[in-house]
This record gives sequence, C-alpha cells and structure tokens, in this order.
Amino acid sequence: MTVIAPACEAELAEAIRAANGPFAIRGGGTRSPAADRPVLSTAGLVGVVLYEPGALTLVVKAGTPLAEVEDVLAAKNQRLAFEPMDHRPVLGTSGDPTIGGALAVNASGPRRVQAGAARDFLLGAVFVDGEGTRVRNGGRVMKNVTGYDLARLQAGARGSLGVLTELSFKVLPVPERVATLALACDTPGRAVAEMSRALGSPYEVTGAAWDGARVLLRIEGFADSVAYRAGELARIIPGLAPADEDPWPALRDGAALAPMERDIWRVSLRASHGAVLAERLREAGAAVQLDWGGALLWAATAPGTDLRAEMADLGGHATRLRGQGSTPARHPDPAPVAALAAGLRQKFDPRGLFAPEG
Amino acid sequence: MELPSPNPAILDRRAEIVARLKAALPAGTVIDDPRGLVAYECDALTAYRCPPLAVALPRSTQEVAEALKICHEMGVPVVPRGAGTSLAGGSLPTGDAVVIGVARLTRVLETDYADRIIRVETGRTNLSVTGAVEADGFFYAPDPSSQLACAISGNIGMNSGGAHCLKYGVTTNNLLGVTMVLMDGTVVEIGGAHMDAGDLDLLSVICGSEGQLGIVTEATLRILPKPEGARPVLMGFGSSRVAGACVSDIIEAGVLPVAIEFMDRPCIRACEAFAHAGYPDVEALLIIEVEGSPAEIDHQLRLIRGIAERHGPEVIRESTTAEESAAIWLGRKSAFGAMGQINDYMCLDGTIPVTELPLVLERIGELSAQYGLGVANVFHAGDGNMHPLILFDANKPGDLELCEQMGADILKLCVEVGGCLTGEHGVGVEKRDLMTVQFSEDDLEAQLKVKDVFDPKWLLNAAKVFPLAVTEGRRP
Ligand SMILES: Cc1cc2nc3c(=O)[nH]c(=O)nc-3n(C[C@H](O)[C@H](O)[C@H](O)COP(=O)(O)OP(=O)(O)OC[C@H]3O[C@@H](n4cnc5c(N)ncnc54)[C@H](O)[C@@H]3O)c2cc1C
Repeated sequence: MTVIAPACEAELAEAIRAANGPFAIRGGGTRSPAADRPVLSTAGLVGVVLYEPGALTLVVKAGTPLAEVEDVLAAKNQRLAFEPMDHRPVLGTSGDPTIGGALAVNASGPRRVQAGAARDFLLGAVFVDGEGTRVRNGGRVMKNVTGYDLARLQAGARGSLGVLTELSFKVLPVPERVATLALACDTPGRAVAEMSRALGSPYEVTGAAWDGARVLLRIEGFADSVAYRAGELARIIPGLAPADEDPWPALRDGAALAPMERDIWRVSLRASHGAVLAERLREAGAAVQLDWGGALLWAATAPGTDLRAEMADLGGHATRLRGQGSTPARHPDPAPVAALAAGLRQKFDPRGLFAPEG
Repeated sequence: MELPSPNPAILDRRAEIVARLKAALPAGTVIDDPRGLVAYECDALTAYRCPPLAVALPRSTQEVAEALKICHEMGVPVVPRGAGTSLAGGSLPTGDAVVIGVARLTRVLETDYADRIIRVETGRTNLSVTGAVEADGFFYAPDPSSQLACAISGNIGMNSGGAHCLKYGVTTNNLLGVTMVLMDGTVVEIGGAHMDAGDLDLLSVICGSEGQLGIVTEATLRILPKPEGARPVLMGFGSSRVAGACVSDIIEAGVLPVAIEFMDRPCIRACEAFAHAGYPDVEALLIIEVEGSPAEIDHQLRLIRGIAERHGPEVIRESTTAEESAAIWLGRKSAFGAMGQINDYMCLDGTIPVTELPLVLERIGELSAQYGLGVANVFHAGDGNMHPLILFDANKPGDLELCEQMGADILKLCVEVGGCLTGEHGVGVEKRDLMTVQFSEDDLEAQLKVKDVFDPKWLLNAAKVFPLAVTEGRRP
C-alpha cells in the first residue's frame, strides 16, 4: 500500500497536483480500515501553532493526535468542549485519532446537546483542495462573518472538499466539578420525556442520554452550583439519584454496542422522534441507546437490516457506522440538496481525488 | 465606493418585468411606483442609496419561488431583503434589481418545547421569536441590538450576533434548518429539527452568505430555557489596557459570563449625557453579566470581583436589584443612539484576538489623532468584536471619505493583529473592497465557487461581499 505523508502544506499540494487517481485521506486511520487507494496521510502535519488560554483559542496542525491536543489544553485546565467520539471500539480499528479527522467527521459527543458540535467550536481552517490550491478561511477569532464560512463547511465533509492542514478552535475551561445523575427507566418514550424536562429546565444539563435501562444526566460547573442544580433536577424529576461512575466516554463511543455481532447505526433526528424510532427498533429486536436528549440514536441491528425503512416518516438521517448491507452507509440527501453538494464537490475536487470511500 | 451601473437592457424591459411579476403574484405584492420604491432605496448604511427597479413582497415560499423564476428567466438581478437594518449595505439595491422582501412572511409555524425548537417564517423579527416562547420560559439566544426591528432572514443573511453570544453563540450556532428558494425557483429544505447535517453542512455557508445563495423563507431555530436570573456588574478602570487585561484574566480563570461589554470615555460620556445611567467618568468601563440562581450569580460575581481587584479598578458596582441591572444596561444599550445624538458616526465591526485589545485601542487612538476624527469605542470585549464609532460631519465635504479611509485603516489593523474585517455586521458593500486585505486571491476564488454552485448566473445580490474587480467575469 502506497502511503504519502507530506511533511508540510507545500508538499501536500504538490502530491495532490501530481495525483492521477483517488486517495484515501488518513489522519489517525481510526475511522476506516485500509482501502485499495493510495493513502494520503496527515501524519507529517503536526503541532500546536498557537495557544492563547486567555483568548480561549487554539490553532493546531490537522494531523496532530487528539490526545496531544487534549494534553496541551489540560495543562492550562482547558479542553475541547465538543467531546469527539473515539471510533476505535465500534470499528475495531487502531491508530491515534487526529484533530483533523475529528473535525472532518464533525465528531461530537454527549455535550453536543448543550455546548454544540465540533463545527460550533471551529474558528478557521486551512485546506488544500483537489487542484492543489491552498485555501484559508475563517481565522482565530470568536466572531467572524467575513465572507462565506468555508471552514465550517469542512466539518463533516470527510475531506471531500479538501485536505485539512490547520484548524483553529475555541476551547473552554475544564469545570471545577462534574456530576452524573441517573434514573431507572426502561422505555424510550419516558426517557425522552424526562430528558426533555431536564433540558427544558434552566439547570444547564451538559449530557442527557438513555442507555436502555437508565436516563443519565450530567451537570458541570463550580462545585456549589453543581450541587444546587443536582438538587433542583432531583426535585423536578423524582427518582433521580447520583451515579458514581462516569458513563459518558462509553456512551460517547457506543462502547456497549460495540461487542455485539451486529450492524451499528447512528441516527440524527429530532428528540421526540428518537423515542419513536427507538421503540420501533426495540420491537424489531435491535439494541438501542439515545444521546443528545433523544436526538441521537445508536442502534445495533441484525446484519443487513435497512434501518432507514423504519424512519421514513420521521425525518433526520442515519449513518451505518459498521456493517455491510445493500443500502448506502450514508443517508442519501433529497435530490436538490444532493445536487448542491455534488456541485460543491465538483468545484473543489474536479478530479474526484477525495471522493469519500463510502 | 462604487456600485455597478445598472444594465440598460434590463432597465428597458422594466415594464415587462413588472407586468410579469404582477401577473404571477397576488395584488398588492409588487411595488413599482417611485414613491413606494424610495422606502427600499437603502438599509441602515444610509450614506448609500439607490431605488430598485421594483419590489416584491411575497406571502409564501411558493410566491417567492414564482418571483425568482421570473427574474431568473429574464436575467434580472435580485436583492433579498429582510427588515433593511443592515449596517453594511447588504440590502442596498441596484437600479436594475428587483428587491424581494420577506417582510410579510411572519408566521410561527411550529413551536415544540420538548424538542426545544421553533420554526418560523423568516420575515419575523428577532425579538418576536423570543416573544412567541417567552411566556413559556424559553428564548431565542442571538440578540442583536437591533432585535426589535431586524428579521430572522437578515440574521441568517449576516450570521448576526449580540451581547449574549459570548455564552450562546451567534446565529449559525442556533440555526438548525432552513427552507430556501434558489435563484431558479427550486425550493430546498436543508437541515430540520435534528442537530447535524447528513452529508455536507450546507447551513454553514448559507448562514452569513448575505443573500447571495438563495432566499431563505423559513427557519428552524433552537430555543433555550430562560436562566433563573442574570445580574451585571459594572467596573471602571483607569486605562483601556488594564480593562483589557482584566477581561483576559476573567476568561482564563474559567468564569464564563454571558456578556462582557466595554466602553471608553468618549462613549461613556455620550451615553451618560443621553441616558443618565449613572456611569462613572472613567477611562474604560466593563459591564459583565452572569447568569444562574441567586447563589450561583453571587459566586461568579465574587470570582470576577476578585480578579478585577487585582487590576486596581476605580469603581466596582454590583447590581443588587432589577432596577440597578436595568440602569447598568440602559447606557450600553443606548450607546449607538447616544452617539448619534451628538455626531454623525460610522460604526465599525472588526474582531481581534482578545489579547490584542490594549494594543489595538492604542493604535486606534493614534489614527484618531492622525485623521483628526474622534473615535468612541463600545464593543463586545469577551469575544474581541470591536465597534469603534468614528465621528464625522456628514455636512462637511470630504469628511465621509476621510472617515471611510480611517475606518479602512482600523479594519486593516484588525486583520494585521490576527483578526477580521467584520464580526457580525457583514461585508455588504461597505467592506467589500477590503476583502483582499484579509484573503488571498485563492481564498476568495474558493468562496466564489460556492456562489457559482448556488447561483450560476450570479443574479443574487451579486455586487456585494467581493470586490467588483474580483467578480468581474462572473456578474452578468
Ligand atoms: C441600531 C443597530 C444596531 C445593530 N446591532 C447589531 C448587533 O448587535 N449585532 C448584529 O449582528 N447586527 C446588528 N445590527 C445590524 C443588523 O441589524 C443585522 O445585520 C440584522 O441581522 C439585519 O437584519 P435585517 O432583517 O434588517 O436584514 P437586511 O438588512 O434586510 O438584510 C441583511 C442581509 O441579509 C440578506 N437577506 C435578507 N433577507 C434574506 C432572505 N430572506 N434570504 C436570504 N438573504 C436575505 C440581505 O440581502 C442582506 O445581505 C444593528 C443594526 C442597527 C441599525
């Protein structure tokens, strides 16, 4: 397998210009196993370019391992608030996830429901498009409406509009205290109702998930404030009690579903529809979890199941993270929207070098 | 600042264009009499005016599509308009353009508190979105000072922010879905009540595209539960440098206020004279607001005070009652009006890294002396979004041009220190010609490609955002 690992942006641009067939863009390679394409690796594009804790800003090369980014931030008691998921448990891959890979798939964990997704914390990006042209967009400041937001457009584009080389993020302080509250609950309808009650309260819930047996709520902040809000939440949701474990990394990664010999799906839909779909899928024998107050559904289904057939009336979209099936892994967009996306890909990657692998 | 001269071939077909619009749209939807058109000749950047060829005010997405189809077929430029409060000339017409306004699209289509969303037609004003959910304890977070007048459509067009976006983000962080009509009349649904995009995140580029990609007719917005309470503290410092350092320290300490607003002495004095808010006469004033329960507020304010005291403040005044809070905000909220009372001014909107605040304020002072024009500074300090107000005399020949030159110098300075030309007002026509300061040719070309896809004929608001020379070969 050919692996090209440019040591700098200029080399990357050169490699792209010289290419005559599609690449597999690789950060840490935790998202997908090797394909039958030459690998274009960002492993040479590493390092923190600028970190200003007092301005909550971090500029970093796209190939930098997430763990390294997290260490740098932790030293100043800050963090990436979007909690990027780790794909290794579900996909059975190895390697070290990179910051560029996380942004390219808009990897957002449980805190999505309150703080936002990876795309919401992105301040700017540099990428090299399919013609080898370097493009800078956005910047490193918190508010920026200068021109079109091409940086944010890269979030979730999976590299299909260009190879990310440098990213700037807004980072946030690590809270003084984190608490998780749990409520026994075995129906998705009730789970979403309770999560909605919590998320509709002023108590700033930063995680609201259902693991199949319990509703789990997270609150973060100054110690006194966390204690106060935990008390208030227990008052409006009787039965809610402190949980001593930290369930969030496992929920974030779909870890409980990973060992099952099944297809794994991640479905984004409106919260109340999450409850409806969860009920349907459970009846059909799937294992189901909810996150984002119900707006993110994880399902482990019998191999080959077409989960989308169950959600035709519900809106949203489903991604098959693992498994083969005869349906596409990504949810097809409606035709006029798909035409816009195809038009953009044609403009930024006319030779189809970065066409996603599936 | 130059606008492309109207296309004579289109002006010649004016009667036909108007007739076709009138035939396709209900009575009372198309304005073509000169007196009616004057109302649409400018937005809040009133230094530039130009009545459009006609105005259409459709009442439904379908009617917007009809109007666009006609303009598309006939090759007529279109300027989308919300409430016309843009400070950048975003909704300024050209003489050969049809303005398509969404002012009559104001309905709330759906409110769902369990899913915490509201779907509205985009002509609805920002404040009335909050108005629709407030009684039930919710609000729509982005709060531009123009919120009483400006429409959600314009907020999406400009990706508008407000005083509280330090905590809640700007429009793009609170927008979940849109119904948008493309220039050829195709209606697209992008996003919805779910949280993220299935494939490309097209909302990213739509939000902030200044009416250049399509006309947005409906929007699904995130609504949030109202905090239990909020309280500001006011602090006065002997220098802007010290106030700036205090802001950085607060942010680094892990306190996250909902708003950190800054005013300098000229602005404080003007506000005081206008609103009598009881502001101290200091060099630099910070208004910092925190949210939560009474105990949470006390705790955060205590931390903030602790940090501020290390910087030797001349005044710290914590609000203890709703009246005191209102008084503290009164001055800040009337800042633009107050300045308008004493002077003509031009309001800039560059953003800088917070850490560069002292340096930039110093350099602005130097530019002020050099140009002989006064400057008052009022801005969102927490996120580095500056609003220097350059004072000039509109009746004095040459003063506007001088003011524009100085404005350009300040914006270049913002870019030089790592910031950008505009934090929330948009580029419009106002900052169009400065885009090459911030972007390389390739950076701009990449943006133009996006417009090529959405609006291949370049009919939508095409004389904005990018320098005319850059878009030369693309515009009709
Ligand atoms: C006193 C004052 C205070 C202000 N304070 C703030 C502030 O605190 N924060 C801030 O961000 N802004 C502020 N503004 C600027 C302005 O209010 C915002 O830019 C606002 O979002 C514009 O909304 P509008 O409905 O008036 O839009 P318009 O001026 O009508 O249009 C703005 C842009 O959006 C496009 N557009 C309008 N409707 C549509 C549509 N349906 N589809 C696609 N594009 C469309 C237009 O073509 C134009 O480019 C202020 C303005 C004033 C006058």
